[in-house]
Amino acid sequence: MSIRDRADLVQPGESTEPDEAAGWTAAVRRRLVRELPPDTMLPDTQPKYVASWIYVFGVLTLAAFLVVLGSGAVLAIQGPSWWHTSDIGHFFNSLHLWSVELFMAFMVIHLWGKFFMAAWRGRRALTWITGAVAFLGSIGTAFTGYLTQQNLDSQWIAVQSKDALNAVGIGAYFSPMNFGQMLMWHIVLLPAFVGILVVLHVLMVRRRGVVPPLPLRDRPAEAEPGTASEAGREAEAAETEEQP
Amino acid sequence: MSRRSRAAEPDPYSFGSRPYDLVKEFTIALVAVLALSIALAAVFSSPDKRPVTIATWAKADSADFTATALAELDGTSGTAQYGPPYNNASEGQKLGPVGLANLMGVTRPIDTAQDFVIRPLRSAAQTAIVSSAVARYTAASGAQQNTWTGNYSNALDKANGDPTKIAPGDYGPVPTMLTALLAQARAGSLDGQLLTESGVFYQTDYTLPLLFLADGSYLANLAGQDHLAGTQWGMMNETGNYPGQAWLWLYTFWYQISPYNNSTNGDALVWGTMAVLSLVFVFLPFIPGLRSIPRYIPVYRLIWREHYRDLRARGGT
Amino acid sequence: MSAVTQGALAAAVDLNGPGHYLNWGVIQISAANLVIIGVMIVVFVLALLLPFPKGRGRR
Repeated sequence: MSIRDRADLVQPGESTEPDEAAGWTAAVRRRLVRELPPDTMLPDTQPKYVASWIYVFGVLTLAAFLVVLGSGAVLAIQGPSWWHTSDIGHFFNSLHLWSVELFMAFMVIHLWGKFFMAAWRGRRALTWITGAVAFLGSIGTAFTGYLTQQNLDSQWIAVQSKDALNAVGIGAYFSPMNFGQMLMWHIVLLPAFVGILVVLHVLMVRRRGVVPPLPLRDRPAEAEPGTASEAGREAEAAETEEQP
Repeated sequence: MSRRSRAAEPDPYSFGSRPYDLVKEFTIALVAVLALSIALAAVFSSPDKRPVTIATWAKADSADFTATALAELDGTSGTAQYGPPYNNASEGQKLGPVGLANLMGVTRPIDTAQDFVIRPLRSAAQTAIVSSAVARYTAASGAQQNTWTGNYSNALDKANGDPTKIAPGDYGPVPTMLTALLAQARAGSLDGQLLTESGVFYQTDYTLPLLFLADGSYLANLAGQDHLAGTQWGMMNETGNYPGQAWLWLYTFWYQISPYNNSTNGDALVWGTMAVLSLVFVFLPFIPGLRSIPRYIPVYRLIWREHYRDLRARGGT
Repeated sequence: MSAVTQGALAAAVDLNGPGHYLNWGVIQISAANLVIIGVMIVVFVLALLLPFPKGRGRR
């Protein structure tokens, strides 16, 4: 039984009397409770149509992201050179590499799944956008990670990628040959950027809920009661369903 | 976007719901992914090919080192002719009429003769012969310098790059300088000098030694052996048999085909292309036609097959 | 680092040998990347096709 179904239960932050306290803090509280109610954030039920293994790739991506962050944090403890001289360090570097491979693979499978669900429907465009930007940000994070390995690979990637970055002016302020700069981007700026996007993405998924199934094209009556003709459905589809 | 779509959007829970334990699912996923990562790390480890130093380069291929040092001295090296952000020797790449590189300007000025040859020679303790060679070279006119370096370059070509087999000629102080620089490089001191040229103690910027290495062919040969070169889809690849950045397949792909692979603005063109494609990807929900593709490829029928079966059973239409 | 831990932490499968690459015209790909992409596609297809356990929510 979900909290949602139990009207008798008073939820935390939802007093029986309306919250009318004055001040910025109260306003933020009201806003948070309204936008992110606890039972939508941490639901104990899910829509019945969520019945496919494809749905697990979002949570797998999130799990892999945490393993990436954790293994990266261990590598950070003794600094960027540690793993070249310590077998334990090398193991954590391997863990970091393979969790990144898993993270990217799960994320791409999640992306394929969400694309084929047209998961941006129903005011979910921003969820798609944060996910897409997080994907691009992850590519940048991986790139700076390769640059800070301190090996032949890093040297070559640095001198090759400088041409591309210089060609579009980015290289003037973002130099792949500047190890210190790349390390800062890799372990501070980009993880923070991707991390914030991931949090926003997950909050949006929880807030809007999992996207409902597409209506079956050949069975308009089933999918969408109230639309009379196929032509009408098409028009409806063009105007509403795909649109975020 | 439209008022209608907002009104038409159904509550996901109106389709019926089932019990679900989100925290439990997340915990299981975390444990499973951690276990899989540990297993992969234990079984396959990770690559770590030792970096090249200026010293290993100068020892392994002294001819390449000397030829590169000469090119830095006479301004014909890749870096010397690069343009922004290192110097004004060229305009930099353009995307159509827009030269973004030029627009951003020279933010990391590099004078290859000074930075790679003359200053390292001056900063080390030298014999009187080397010191006077450097003094003679720097005091000479540009035309005189070019005559010496040009003659020496031609002579090196004829001797297949081997400075010991050079025929006598008018090379001025150039051979003395390059021999001294080679000795410094082989001893390993050039690696350090290139990092501390700006008078700093702490250093995290490897621009100078990396550019010097990149101007030679030794590093590129090593990279080519590992399939890391741009023409080998190198961006996707990793040393040995390790998987690389497979997610760069599309970016790397453009470098393999015309006009990208034969344009002097190839990098800018690839970035322009990828910028457009990235915007399309990010704003896919707003692009008519593209956003309807999932409707025409019935993968969604597989994903939601139980839901459609239930509907059919219930509705019987 | 002792020899014992070194042995225990060494990779079971050594991938440091010369890389294996496949070529089709302009396309060149390492065997390792091909395996990764292949596994991703297989996993995606399996995720679509494998039946999802009904009582899962009650775990």
